[in-house]
Amino acid sequence: MKRPMTMAEKILADRAGLEAVEPGELVEVPVDLTLANDITAPLAIKIFEETRINQVFDPERIVLVMDHFTPNKDIKSAEQVRICREFARRFGIKHYYEGGACGIEHALLPEQGLVVPGDIVIGADSHTCTYGALGAFATGVGSTDLAATWITGRTWFKVPETIRFVYRGELKPWVSGKDLILYTIGDIGVDGALYKAMEFSGEVIRRLSMADRFTMANMAIEAGGKVGLIEADRKTLSYVRQRAQREPRIYKSDRKARFLEVREYDCSKIDLQVAFPHLPSNTRPVTEIPEIPIDQVVIGSCTNGRLEDLAVAAKILKGRKVHPNVRTIIIPATPSIYQQALKKGYLRVFLEAGAIVSPPTCGPCLGGHMGILAKGERAVATTNRNFVGRMGHPESEVYLAGPAVAAASAILGRIGSPQELGL
Amino acid sequence: MNIIRGRAFKFGDNIDTDVIIPARYLNTTDPKELAQHCMEDADPEFVKKVRPGDIIVAGKNFGCGSSREHAPVAIKAAGIACVIAESFARIFYRNAFNTGLLILESPEASRDIKEGDEIEIDVEAGEIRNLTQGKVYKVKPLPPFMQDLIRDGGLIPHLICKYRQTQA
Ligand code: SF4
Repeated sequence: MKRPMTMAEKILADRAGLEAVEPGELVEVPVDLTLANDITAPLAIKIFEETRINQVFDPERIVLVMDHFTPNKDIKSAEQVRICREFARRFGIKHYYEGGACGIEHALLPEQGLVVPGDIVIGADSHTCTYGALGAFATGVGSTDLAATWITGRTWFKVPETIRFVYRGELKPWVSGKDLILYTIGDIGVDGALYKAMEFSGEVIRRLSMADRFTMANMAIEAGGKVGLIEADRKTLSYVRQRAQREPRIYKSDRKARFLEVREYDCSKIDLQVAFPHLPSNTRPVTEIPEIPIDQVVIGSCTNGRLEDLAVAAKILKGRKVHPNVRTIIIPATPSIYQQALKKGYLRVFLEAGAIVSPPTCGPCLGGHMGILAKGERAVATTNRNFVGRMGHPESEVYLAGPAVAAASAILGRIGSPQELGL
Repeated sequence: MNIIRGRAFKFGDNIDTDVIIPARYLNTTDPKELAQHCMEDADPEFVKKVRPGDIIVAGKNFGCGSSREHAPVAIKAAGIACVIAESFARIFYRNAFNTGLLILESPEASRDIKEGDEIEIDVEAGEIRNLTQGKVYKVKPLPPFMQDLIRDGGLIPHLICKYRQTQA
């Protein structure tokens, strides 16, 4: 009898060609897709070149996305992008994204059908865990690990223990995947899942849209998690079949699989969440926060820059004006999301409300450009990190929330909820 | 590298990679340039105070956040010889070895050591010695291949070294 395994264990065992694996075991596996961006790729290229091995394992499995400081914010960033572009040309890298083809990597890759369930993906970006929402074992690595995989097509992992999170009940109005994941990180802390696989399950997860599932898997790393997995179901498959060329592989945790811990949440008790500076785990329900005036709102990023997020923002901003003190920056995560938002009239709603619509870019999320905070300024952002200096000056502050709270706060001029607008 | 000796610089829990090297400086991969901004948002004077061989001592989850390998690169290029912490974030842990930055997990040393303490580390013996307080903390000695990796300056230089040996 095969030992019952978790989803993470099954993917790694199967791909390593083993009957079974146990947490703690080291396995070597083939990698289906690798990713790097305009910050991490230049370093990986430098390392790759140091080896003098002038060959990549498969130019179709290397993805390069120039999303962080683009459209290039300064000469140095432009030089970094040039290094990537030249590398892509030299090795015939098929999936090189720059300019009008470029979107934020973790929104772009699934949208382009580059990841399918059961894949093993490594990316030189910590939010590579986003693809766990598709049932892929996807995780962030550094540039050296990435460069090595460009050469060999393989990598090694320590098999992680799994913590399973079960979400039950009915969601309250406006509560989204972002609120569930913020609540979860608030519950277990920023190292609550250190070195572990997180598995999100339960009736609520099954009812969530793919966009909300991506949001949750995206922030697994904010609890220290190695991956944030969701079993592929009919919704996943219909999402993938419309986009991908490759065949999915479905893995599910066995009923008797050994989890390090199972945590259950009654979602009917979870309110809209806000994570206070300077940790994603400093969460509070929006109903229990004092009056906090704000200077900026950012709706975008690989966490919440998808069409569904813009739809929520549009619903709230429609026919209203953003508060005169609040720079409201809305960033559709990919060109295709931008186009759909245009077609659906969301962009018009945003402009009429007095918001700024930015081209797809990471921009302010990491304090790069397109909305940097001055000393003492405060922002509500739908991004995933609120560390010291993340969006600008070390004495600025970022409050993390979902699109509903962010849009409502833009109108109120302080952190608040759609309910306060009678919605 | 078997014996390291330097002064301790103390930091708290959850020191993230945005603090180690803020994203606004990531438009370069030059270690020297990165080093100039190391730990800037936690202590703007840090880089000026560090002397080669000094040590960072921090709490739990050191290096959490982004996967940027620029973080261990910046620490190493700033002259820091070792980071001691209660625990490390997963990606940082891997990146540190890959880039040849020595890191040691020791909850005891992390709690005990005070800013400015004179520290000696014997990597082979697996000992952290607090010369100021006259205490010794035991750590699991690194396996020999990881010691070699650090000595050679990271995974890639290590592989190149090994490759040359087989060719010689
Ligand atoms: S949007 Fe923010 S978190 Fe996502 S990839 Fe870009 S910088 Fe990283």
